[in-house]
Amino acid sequence: MENVIEVNNLTKKFGSFTAVDHISFEVKQGEIFGFLGANGAGKTTAMRMLCGLLPSTSGKGLVAGYDINTQSEQVKRNIGYMSQKFALYEDLKVWENIRLYGGIYGVPEPQIVSKTNDLLKRLGFENERNTLVNSLPLGWKQKLAFSVAIFHEPKIVFLDEPTGGVDPITRRKFWELIYEATDRGITVFVTTHYMDEAEYCDRVSMMVDGHIEALDTPKNLKQMFHADTMNEVFQKLARKAQRSDS
Amino acid sequence: MNSTNKNEHTHPTPTNGQWKTFGSFVQKEFYHITRDQTTLALLLILPVLLMILFGFSINTEVKNSQIAIYDPSNDVATRGIIEKIKASDYFTVVRMLNNPAEIEKQFLKDDLKMVVIFSDHFYENMQRTGKAQIELLTDGTDPNSAMTVVSYASNIIGLYQQDLFKIQQIPFEITPSVKLMYNPELKGPYFFVPGILGMILMIICSMMTSISIAREKEFGTMEVLLVSPFKPMYIILSKTIPYFVISLVNLATMLLLSVFMLKVPIAGSLFWLVTFSILFIFLSLSLGLLVSSIANSQLQALLFSGMVLVIPVVMLSGMIFPIENMPAFFQWFSKLIPATWYITGVKKIMIKGLGFTSILPELGVLISMTILLIGISWKTFKYHLE
Repeated sequence: MENVIEVNNLTKKFGSFTAVDHISFEVKQGEIFGFLGANGAGKTTAMRMLCGLLPSTSGKGLVAGYDINTQSEQVKRNIGYMSQKFALYEDLKVWENIRLYGGIYGVPEPQIVSKTNDLLKRLGFENERNTLVNSLPLGWKQKLAFSVAIFHEPKIVFLDEPTGGVDPITRRKFWELIYEATDRGITVFVTTHYMDEAEYCDRVSMMVDGHIEALDTPKNLKQMFHADTMNEVFQKLARKAQRSDS
Repeated sequence: MNSTNKNEHTHPTPTNGQWKTFGSFVQKEFYHITRDQTTLALLLILPVLLMILFGFSINTEVKNSQIAIYDPSNDVATRGIIEKIKASDYFTVVRMLNNPAEIEKQFLKDDLKMVVIFSDHFYENMQRTGKAQIELLTDGTDPNSAMTVVSYASNIIGLYQQDLFKIQQIPFEITPSVKLMYNPELKGPYFFVPGILGMILMIICSMMTSISIAREKEFGTMEVLLVSPFKPMYIILSKTIPYFVISLVNLATMLLLSVFMLKVPIAGSLFWLVTFSILFIFLSLSLGLLVSSIANSQLQALLFSGMVLVIPVVMLSGMIFPIENMPAFFQWFSKLIPATWYITGVKKIMIKGLGFTSILPELGVLISMTILLIGISWKTFKYHLE
């Protein structure tokens, strides 16, 4: 399997504060990569650098084969992004949202039309094509937001706490969508607060105070830290943290 | 692969597809506005309401003000002036006073708007020294109507002197104020129309643009757009276009209302009035962008543009309170408010009927301000993205 993300000593400083401190890791194609850490550990900063939003202070990063510092345009073209807020336009219809985001990523018009039909059929949303997003139930919005984020068939999709504030059943259903995406070869880079979700990842990295403290499969991590659950692993690591948001 | 990458880098101009996307973004902005029908209605009706409100109810015209006169001279000149005062619609003479002691008493008792007090030997003084005195005593607790009443009276006295001047070569001593020259009937709308134009355009462009950008930040859609390859500049541009269109509709509505409802004609060139207004619209839009680059929520955007942009326009731009009457600091400060220059320019073209060259200073200031604001908001916008 080829690497779709390669990060080498990536660092970000804000003045004298080092938010991300020489992190290095690789993510393989089709993998579900969990990016965990307490608030203030530097997760968001690292993710913003990988998405080409924030230039790094030093170090190298390749995302989908492009350098995040010099080829941010190409990086942006080849990734998808979804945040906790779902980021659909509430006052636009379902199909209008799909067309808008498809257009942003340069999907040609005829392709948008046929793919929209396929997508609505697959999600069972055919009757909701002309529904305004604000009248959809939360779980549906989440499904739609994820489908929109991978509508342009990106190599990697970044999910920033995608299941925040959602009940466990809806969360479980959402993970089924994630598995479907990886079946199609899309790599998933996901941050989460929920440690039960960490168990669903192929590999998990734990960030503490700007460093990556541990990186392995959930099974190996639990063995390494003599823990029964990922939550225990996280507690043991987070205890070392010197800084936090709160 | 590498060569195509380079091509994309060296061609910053948008491709066909990007134009299409830009088009669908502009369409999306129109949907945001048209699907929120309460707000849309408000945006379109607000100018009409304000025109009616300022044009009719808040009227500075003062008719049939009750006044008293104290005339110890009782000569040909004072009688002439009193005749003219009595003949005007503005004043009703309710009492002729007989001695100075009565003045203050009657002022309170009769709820007088003004007492006209002639000096002794009025005509004689005028003949001999060319100077005669009239005191105009007004109720200072209501400064606005006091000012209006005084300007009416001065106007009447001035007219009398002009009549006299034609016959007798007496040099006149009171010059009517500049405002009267261009608004001989002292119609309120003449003052308000340019001010309302400035205020509405400022509200629509600055407030609404900044709120709509702040909304994207609040809902998290801005984040998704920024992660996408779509250029932030196009996102911002697509936001300004619908409000530009609404501003033009508002401008047309207000000018039509002004001409046909308030009977304030456009004395000068309509072309320059519209061009000048479009310049002000650009300026207001760039102010809106500046606000939105600072504000992170709709509430912040609303408060910021309301407090920092709209209120100074109302208070300090000369829209309601004459700049000449402000303390020196505020006179200086009012020069920093774009609307001050816009309102002055509109008065010149619309009310005074002056030509293009007369608004060159205003044009120059507004153009420089626009360039400066676009520069600053672009810098801050980029800074805040990181």
